Amino acid sequence: MKTINALISASNVSVIKHHKSILKNIDIQINKNDFITIIGPNGAGKTMLLKCLMGFYKPNFGKIQKKDKLKIGYMPQSINVINTMPMTVKNFITVRKKYDDISFKQVVSEIDIRQLVDKQLSVLSGGEMQRVLLARSLLNNPDLLVLDEPAQNLDISGQLSFYKLIQEIYSKRDISILMVSHDLHLVMVSTKKVLCLSNHICCSGKPQQVAQDPEFISMFGKDMANMMAVYQHTNHTSQIDNHLIDGEIK
Amino acid sequence: MSYYGESIAHSSLLGVGLGILLGTGINFGIIVVCLLFGILFLWLQQSKILSTDTLLGVLAHLALSIGIIVISLNRIKIDIHAFLFGDILTVSSNDLWMMYLGVILVIFLVSFNWSSLLLVTIDEDLARAEGINPIYINLLLTTILTIVVAVSLQIIGLLLITAMLIIPAATSRRLANSPEQMALIATLIGIFSVILGIFLSVEIDAPSGPSIVVVSATLFFLSYLFNFLIKKD
Repeated sequence: MKTINALISASNVSVIKHHKSILKNIDIQINKNDFITIIGPNGAGKTMLLKCLMGFYKPNFGKIQKKDKLKIGYMPQSINVINTMPMTVKNFITVRKKYDDISFKQVVSEIDIRQLVDKQLSVLSGGEMQRVLLARSLLNNPDLLVLDEPAQNLDISGQLSFYKLIQEIYSKRDISILMVSHDLHLVMVSTKKVLCLSNHICCSGKPQQVAQDPEFISMFGKDMANMMAVYQHTNHTSQIDNHLIDGEIK
Repeated sequence: MSYYGESIAHSSLLGVGLGILLGTGINFGIIVVCLLFGILFLWLQQSKILSTDTLLGVLAHLALSIGIIVISLNRIKIDIHAFLFGDILTVSSNDLWMMYLGVILVIFLVSFNWSSLLLVTIDEDLARAEGINPIYINLLLTTILTIVVAVSLQIIGLLLITAMLIIPAATSRRLANSPEQMALIATLIGIFSVILGIFLSVEIDAPSGPSIVVVSATLFFLSYLFNFLIKKD
């Protein structure tokens, strides 16, 4: 009985909105210690799939089962920092959370935001805000971390360090990660499974397998597929820069 | 969404008219009509046919107009002017008890649901992820606004209630460092504005609502000036 062990399992999920099929017969299982990245073009239904899996949105067809007492930490793409309300970072991270001082300090040092704690939300930069959102989603020690395009508003070095942080969290914590991301070449080294979505699941599997799938190549082009395949060859390193150096020496 | 309060306030005149017409009393009429209006608005907003601003603009003025038509067609003898701009002389001791009750209810509802209200204000999806259904919180907000409108209608007047929803909070924003501080300071500023405004209205024989708003707007500008001077140092 695998369904009961899974954190979330969805079978045959379909969503129809305004006579348009947003999701079609989606089957997905999120197990303990999974690291799943959902990729796909704009309008592929990636965010909708997350919403269905987390239970924000009830699909028109299909079934979604969640494990009992599953703790989900959710990090949205961004939030509208409302300038009309003053709020410190600490206040924001802890609002409506049951927490103790130790776990708060732990998260703060893990995400490295000690110098931000007393700042107002309205003065944070894009990268700082992402870290704060991540810290909030981790405060309750979730079993599953759900990230919706977490590095979308960051520059390339910000993206690199953010994904490195995610990789660290994944390796240190007993946690599963479900992530929507466009930054395919950056997440390849961390993710264990890629799910390519275009209203239906085009292909899924290990990054390398997906990269060779004809549907993937027709969607993202040969260059992207080659890039992914290359990254996957050096699967022992978790450092992207290491790998680049390797490539040059060869 | 600041104008959500205004729309609910505008719909209250219909409540006043119907309350008198059906003999249920003004307060009861206001509460029923405002709540129904608020629910209708939330439902239409949920369906996402129109943008929130358009929806508020259409519904608020429609509600106000229907209210005025109902009152004038039935030749109900009330001073519309007093309801539009507030007239403290229309407040009876019975109304005062209603206000006490309303204030206690609002304080109770707000403090009991404070963190959920905060989180939904920041981000609805974040709230959903933590098990809050934003629909309930929005319904709660509608209820709170309805009570506020009902108890302050006679003093401030329905055209100016929005001012008291926005101005003290905006003033307090300059001075506060947390949402809790902001709520507390805004309340104090509101109380102070009402007291000073009523004195002003007695002194120069002006209607109470506009006097209160003038005082609170003056405080608003002073807080900006204060902030500006402090930042300069």
